[in-house]
Amino acid sequence: MEIDPFIFRLSIFILSIFIGYYVVWSVTPSLHTPLMSVTNAISSVIIVGAIIAGLAGNSGNDFTISNILGFLAISLAAVNIFGGFLVTQRMLQMYKKKKKDK
Amino acid sequence: MSANLSAIFYLISGVLFILALRGLSSPETSRQGNFFGILGMTIAITVTFLSIGSFSSGLIYVLIFLLIGGLIGAFIAYKIPMTAMPELVAGFHSLVGLSAVLVAVSAFLNPEAFNLGSPGSIKLASLIEMSIGAAVGAITFSGSIIAFLKLQGIMSGSPITFRGQHLFNALLLISIVALTYLLCSTQSSNFFWMLLMVSFLIGFLLIIPIGGADMPVVISMLNSYSGWAAAGIGFTLENSALIITGALVGSSGAILSYIMCKGMNRSFFNVILGGFGATEQATSLGDKEHRPVKSGNAEDAAFLMKNASSVIIVPGYGMAVAQAQHALREMVDTLKKNDIKVTYAIHPVAGRMPGHMNVLLAEANVPYDEVFELEEINNDFANADVAFVIGANDVTNPAAKSDPQSPIYGMPVLDVEKCKSVLFVKRSLSPGYAGIDNDLFYKENTLMLFADAKKMTEEITKNI
Repeated sequence: MEIDPFIFRLSIFILSIFIGYYVVWSVTPSLHTPLMSVTNAISSVIIVGAIIAGLAGNSGNDFTISNILGFLAISLAAVNIFGGFLVTQRMLQMYKKKKKDK
Repeated sequence: MSANLSAIFYLISGVLFILALRGLSSPETSRQGNFFGILGMTIAITVTFLSIGSFSSGLIYVLIFLLIGGLIGAFIAYKIPMTAMPELVAGFHSLVGLSAVLVAVSAFLNPEAFNLGSPGSIKLASLIEMSIGAAVGAITFSGSIIAFLKLQGIMSGSPITFRGQHLFNALLLISIVALTYLLCSTQSSNFFWMLLMVSFLIGFLLIIPIGGADMPVVISMLNSYSGWAAAGIGFTLENSALIITGALVGSSGAILSYIMCKGMNRSFFNVILGGFGATEQATSLGDKEHRPVKSGNAEDAAFLMKNASSVIIVPGYGMAVAQAQHALREMVDTLKKNDIKVTYAIHPVAGRMPGHMNVLLAEANVPYDEVFELEEINNDFANADVAFVIGANDVTNPAAKSDPQSPIYGMPVLDVEKCKSVLFVKRSLSPGYAGIDNDLFYKENTLMLFADAKKMTEEITKNI
């Protein structure tokens, strides 16, 4: 009997939860705010679905509601991707060590 | 691009996202981690375009919308003051939630595009995954909007409760399960719309009873939800990058919620069920007025600190409100010139989100190796001369250790009372968010500095 591909995805999902558990516990508490902003940015990889929705089966300039919702989702996710990564970058640049010469 | 090849690339971007979080284990590797995150995202988006293959005129619109969103995001990222990070993160969570909803709706309306069957006969598994993704996304969206409004101060931070609230919420949750079942058995779109409406309502009702001081938990929780929503959509789209990311973000938010709850010594359900600040306030107001406090001015504070050999700074949300972090660092610089040892002590729930104080201090150029967490520094208070508490209150309250009647009893607190003297910068004697009086105000070795945190800090610097 063949195994349903769903089971494989479920395996990925469960194992990723464990990876997430161990990786996040190793994050230093002083970087918890950047952790939140970067998880925000990466969860916007949902844009992949939005792009598929936006481009699905249209020809010419006739857009279905499904396409238009896709476009909107693309914008929202893009705000998050750019905003999330850039603000994380901005924060991380502020974390500096004590200067030696002091 | 073949489906197998793109699946491999999605897996690679999933791995890069894991590395992005791994990088955050120390500030040195964190920037590299962020770069991995950006790389993973770029790969995922590029592969999606390539796998669609035939480019219709829709492509130009996709790029336009991508660009608009990107510009808005970049603009916000550069403009936002660091004190507003909690609002920003709450706002961003709502966008993740809403895009999950939009993608789910779009997949429901046009299932062929996603290989999910045809309208009216969508595959059962897909329908369930889609419902979960859409429902969690909707809860994340409306919940984050409320959290955002509360953090912005547009909506009152005090808990809003009504009779039968928990029962009502429980009924709504049951109805979500029922609607999902009905949707799957009938394929009728009406149930899908009802499911969305109920989910929006739950998100809204879930967050309104939660008070301002519990916002760190709420934000972490919504972070977690946004992850589960993404994972739900990931199953629908059969996309491993999305599944991996969803699981990572979901567990990340859950761990942060746990850490925040532990920082307040409260169970997760206690926070979620709400109504903490409102009930306690009345009991403590009675004896508050007629207890003597010693209050001082900037000169007194400067004198105390100048004669100290070590000072520990305890920042709290009040520092963020007063934007006092830069003034504080200048004061510390002056102290250091006088050979006084200065360190910072941060309570896990100081501020309105996990790590909020650390970011503000980093913004003010405080080196991160002078900033310590509660467990690292709590023993040092006994040997320090002065504790300078700026904008914090409940996290220093000794009642958490001594008074079993206190609502915060058992919460880990910073042992500032063990210092030789304690300086409290505060605008008034009003209780903190837990609504309880702080015994520390009335102690022999406490000097209250009633002023705006920023002005007071500047004054002290002048007097040192």
